[in-house]
Amino acid sequence: MKHIKAINQKAVRIESFARSQALAQGEFGAGTDGDDVVALESRDSQGPHIPLGCSLVFAPGWEVDSSGGTAGLCQPVERDLFDCHNGCFWPVQVPDHLNHAADWTSTCATAQQDWRKIDLIFP
Amino acid sequence: MGLREFHPFEAGGEHFLYMVPSAGVFHVNTPSWDVLRTLDGQPMSTEELTEALADRYPPDAVADAIQELQEIHAIGDVRLPPTKTLPVIPAQDFPLTTMVLNVTNKCNLACTYCYEYGEDKIVDTDFGEKPKFMSEETARESVDFMFKESGDNRVANLTFFGGETLLNFKVLKKTLAYARERAVALDKGVQFSLTTNATLLRPEVIEWLVENEVGVTISIDGPKESQDQFRVFKNGMGSYELVLPKIKELLKRHNTRPIGARVTLTKQNLNVMKIFRHLTDEMGFWSVGFAPVTTADGRDYAIEGEEYNRMLGQFEELAEEFKEAALENRHHGFSNLNETLEEIHKGMSKAFPCGAGLGLVGVATDGDVALCHRFAGSDEHKIGSVQSGIDRGKQSRFLETHHIAQKTDCHTCWARPLCAGGCYHEAHTRYGTTTQPNLHYCDWVRSWTDTCLRVYGEIATHNPDFLRQYDRAAQIPA
Repeated sequence: MKHIKAINQKAVRIESFARSQALAQGEFGAGTDGDDVVALESRDSQGPHIPLGCSLVFAPGWEVDSSGGTAGLCQPVERDLFDCHNGCFWPVQVPDHLNHAADWTSTCATAQQDWRKIDLIFP
Repeated sequence: MGLREFHPFEAGGEHFLYMVPSAGVFHVNTPSWDVLRTLDGQPMSTEELTEALADRYPPDAVADAIQELQEIHAIGDVRLPPTKTLPVIPAQDFPLTTMVLNVTNKCNLACTYCYEYGEDKIVDTDFGEKPKFMSEETARESVDFMFKESGDNRVANLTFFGGETLLNFKVLKKTLAYARERAVALDKGVQFSLTTNATLLRPEVIEWLVENEVGVTISIDGPKESQDQFRVFKNGMGSYELVLPKIKELLKRHNTRPIGARVTLTKQNLNVMKIFRHLTDEMGFWSVGFAPVTTADGRDYAIEGEEYNRMLGQFEELAEEFKEAALENRHHGFSNLNETLEEIHKGMSKAFPCGAGLGLVGVATDGDVALCHRFAGSDEHKIGSVQSGIDRGKQSRFLETHHIAQKTDCHTCWARPLCAGGCYHEAHTRYGTTTQPNLHYCDWVRSWTDTCLRVYGEIATHNPDFLRQYDRAAQIPA
């Protein structure tokens, strides 16, 4: 590393781990981790069930299933997103499409295919 | 892209990062530091960041800095959840490193603040059912237990404790001899240490300590006015005049193992510098460790509020002295700092605040095994007995409920890799439960940890060879 120097024993281990990760990535092609949407995906570490958003009785909200993924939800996460956006006005979870972000989903013709195109809204 | 979890600190004019929760320490140069400063509080895309720094650095330098900071997880996607510590507990056959043997729960002093006899005691040491002295037989069973539980460890550590340890000198002598005999038979090593108030250091005791290379820690609070305030006999008489010649004799004779002093700090006894000078320069101790008194809130001697800052100021002054000495490769006996520097150097990220109930246990006079010596004899904190071994179910439950992952209060604290919530006994005394993190001294722990990191950074910059002494294999802290 040019800009950073490992000082203690743990830092040396982190550095060598980072180097091996970088090498592995070079071999198998660059990963997409840096740019991809990750909050609702299964990650490497399998932890306990972590709800990430609201959970109404009728429409399970932005949640992950017991494995940390989205495959086991009662209904597709995309559907759920639109439940918040269109089905009910709930500006805390999704952008306020009535006033400020009317075009929020304009790039998303088919939710199940295009949901990655929906971007964050910064006030 | 934004900042992930770390604690930045400056030492010797250089910038460092203490990574959380990994506990890695990195030096960062100016471009990297500028990247971090720019991202502080305002996440940006790579392009925005490159643009923001364009007047100072060419784009490829910024790109390099970003990549490296990403690799060590100092910066990253702000949408990612914080790094989670999973409550993984060690395997059940985790070897025992240290057994603390409470050979008696009787004491010839009556120190006002004592956690074993004072207002905050857990066990009824006066009229309880536990024997006052450990029998020879129980001590032998304890030694067998220690070697059995030490698993594949090459060396077992046996610490004699009390009450006043030397009140049961007869059993001490026999136990040490028996432990040596068993060690030879089992082809293992064994190391001994002992804590005492020094009142019973007769010449033959000193001789025995020297011969057997027993490490000695003396509980002493400093010069006469400090010592005699709380460390008194039952009639109220101070113990300084009695222990002074005995300690001097011990320090003169005993050179096979370093001898340390352990000081209890109280509201009335907070002059750390003066105590340190007295114990090292005037008395000749090799090292001095300080511990704030363990007490429930509101006791006369409890350290509170502003006094924590006073204590911190003194610790910082002493840390500065330590640093100056370290830069010139001189020994300095401030053991609190020395121990923390070792932990920082190894990058310890603790799942538990200490080894209690895991690599260390305390044995009561009847052979009951507790989390540590401070809980010895407490039925509530019993995890087995030397006769029947450790109750693995109880031990697992203890470890599961005390893991740092369970301490929600600690989850956003950058000092958690080193603190992990602090002493169980302190928590029990203060809050009535060992599971509670010691929230009353968080600010102090963070400030002190920051001081230790700055000392570490400065030594790493100007005299890195000094840190080689900490390169020994990592051990579970006791």
